Amino acid sequence: MELSKETLTKIEEVIPRYPEKRSAALMVIHLVQDELGFISDETCSWIAEKLEIEPINIKELITFYPMLRETPWAKKHIRVCRTLPCALRGSYGTCKILEDKLGVKEGHVREDGEFSIEFMECLADCGEGPVVMVGEDTYENIEGKNAESFADLLVQEKLDTSKDFTSYENGLVSKSPVSKPTKKK
Amino acid sequence: MIKKNTPQERRIILKHADDPKYSNKIGCYLKNDGYSMLKKAFKMKPEEIGEEVLKSGVRGRGGAGFPAGMKWKFLDRKSGKPIYLICNADESEPGTFKDRQIMHKDPHQLIEGMMIAAYAIGAKQAFIYIRAEFFKGAHILEEAIAEAKEKNFCGDKILGSSYSCDLVVHRGAGAYICGEETGLIESLEGKRPNPRIKPPYFPAVLGLYQCPTIVNNVETLCNVKHVLEIGGEEFAKIGKPNNTGTRIWCVSGQVQKPGYYEFECGALTLGEMIYDVCGGLLPGRTLKAVIPGGSSSKILRADERFSGKLKDGSDFDWGIEDIPLDFDGPASVGSMSGSGGIIIMDDTVDMVEAMANINAFYAHESCGQCTPCREGSLWMKKITKRMCEGDARHEDADLLLSVANQIEGRTICAFGEAAAWPTQSFIAKFRNEFEEKAKNGKNKPSLQLI
Repeated sequence: MELSKETLTKIEEVIPRYPEKRSAALMVIHLVQDELGFISDETCSWIAEKLEIEPINIKELITFYPMLRETPWAKKHIRVCRTLPCALRGSYGTCKILEDKLGVKEGHVREDGEFSIEFMECLADCGEGPVVMVGEDTYENIEGKNAESFADLLVQEKLDTSKDFTSYENGLVSKSPVSKPTKKK
Repeated sequence: MIKKNTPQERRIILKHADDPKYSNKIGCYLKNDGYSMLKKAFKMKPEEIGEEVLKSGVRGRGGAGFPAGMKWKFLDRKSGKPIYLICNADESEPGTFKDRQIMHKDPHQLIEGMMIAAYAIGAKQAFIYIRAEFFKGAHILEEAIAEAKEKNFCGDKILGSSYSCDLVVHRGAGAYICGEETGLIESLEGKRPNPRIKPPYFPAVLGLYQCPTIVNNVETLCNVKHVLEIGGEEFAKIGKPNNTGTRIWCVSGQVQKPGYYEFECGALTLGEMIYDVCGGLLPGRTLKAVIPGGSSSKILRADERFSGKLKDGSDFDWGIEDIPLDFDGPASVGSMSGSGGIIIMDDTVDMVEAMANINAFYAHESCGQCTPCREGSLWMKKITKRMCEGDARHEDADLLLSVANQIEGRTICAFGEAAAWPTQSFIAKFRNEFEEKAKNGKNKPSLQLI
């Protein structure tokens, strides 16, 4: 297992923030997973040693928390919110459209490793559902025809430059109002 | 008919959030009088701040609605152990998305509120436990903390005083149970977030590292700043007695304008929220049901009548639209205002499907520590899913109810209730739909929810 200098520095920075080393477990796992994509048994042992605990103490976290992984997601990981408020705005349809257009079932990674989809629980943006996250960016009101063009742009790798879809996070910078006064079908 | 004026928002917490000229940088915050309340706090004695918060009557905005000042009073100060402050920023109750707005758009407000609270309770260190899905939110908070440290608003010897308190951002990893305060504490200790049994593990006595700990919600901690600004007694005049201050209501589901709206507690009714503020239902639809306080709260049927006695002894007789939006309104009709997440459902919703959706959530999120919850939540999911797949049986409603009743009150934490209440209330209010399913199970609803 090899980690970049940058990640190693960040790990050394994070651990002393806590009164007890073990508390840094989730933060260290996040840093390692951000770089490697998943946490192998070897990685578990490495992290455990860093925090002066047993490998099982890391393994039990990886196997509990939904966002920690024993196998990697794809290069582009898509999270679609499944929970009731998004479902009431059509997220099951959105997930199906994404599955069809990206050629991969939810919970799976496409064979070429390009796309994976996760139909996951509440993303805490319920007023703008259905909510879809691409990597770390949150896209809102992705439904019906809108979801189809969204999926097309994803496949064509044109989502980042598209004017039709601004993520919640980018909206903060450009200050386009996130909660719009009028909209919806 | 005279139409009443549309109720007006009163934005205290979200005052700047959507101002296009406002940014989440410290320069902008300072220009808007930011950190002046922290300066004021440092001229007061810590216990005086606690008194103001107590006088303000501000109740926790995370779900339980427990008075924040009272929570602080429970701190065990005799043990001599260090005291910790934790901000619960896990925002995991389905239907809730208010803390997201505060942390992404106005992070310094939270930091100022937290540092005032930390000083008031004498915390040695403070943490923000933020849900991992807020990737950007965690970055924004870390940057904001670095800015605040540079200006000496947190960290070592704050504002030149002898008081130091570091503030650390800690990311969760997608587990709903981390919103439960003792589960959150376990998670922050680097363990599985299995909630602790109370007693003895009340965080104010035995919290993080078995030390006295205060866990408050994001919106609650922001309120601390405004309590100092407005004054405890004056703050208590905002809203209604026992329901003081403003609340950020998060409306989702089938209305024209879902979103977050900040109102004085009790300033409007559920009906005014749905029809005046949120622009009513989608065209051609009628209201079927409302979940008033996040998915754990008990569902209300649109055509119900609610009557009884209020806390002040007066009688009430309400339709769903008359329920006042505050802490006590939804509670007096047998539900709760919880985290402020109002989920609206119209006549296109098949209630068994909606139930199955909610059950799938709780089955996924049970931590598995207590058998009734771990097994029960899974069975409720399996039964409702089977019902939606065309294999409903006449006895299913009673079966579901019996499972839910065997979870409630038999678990270490309130997740058991959170998982049982939806099923109990759906069956109580919509039993006919569950029984119909057995007869017409093959009819697929137009809106898929499971």
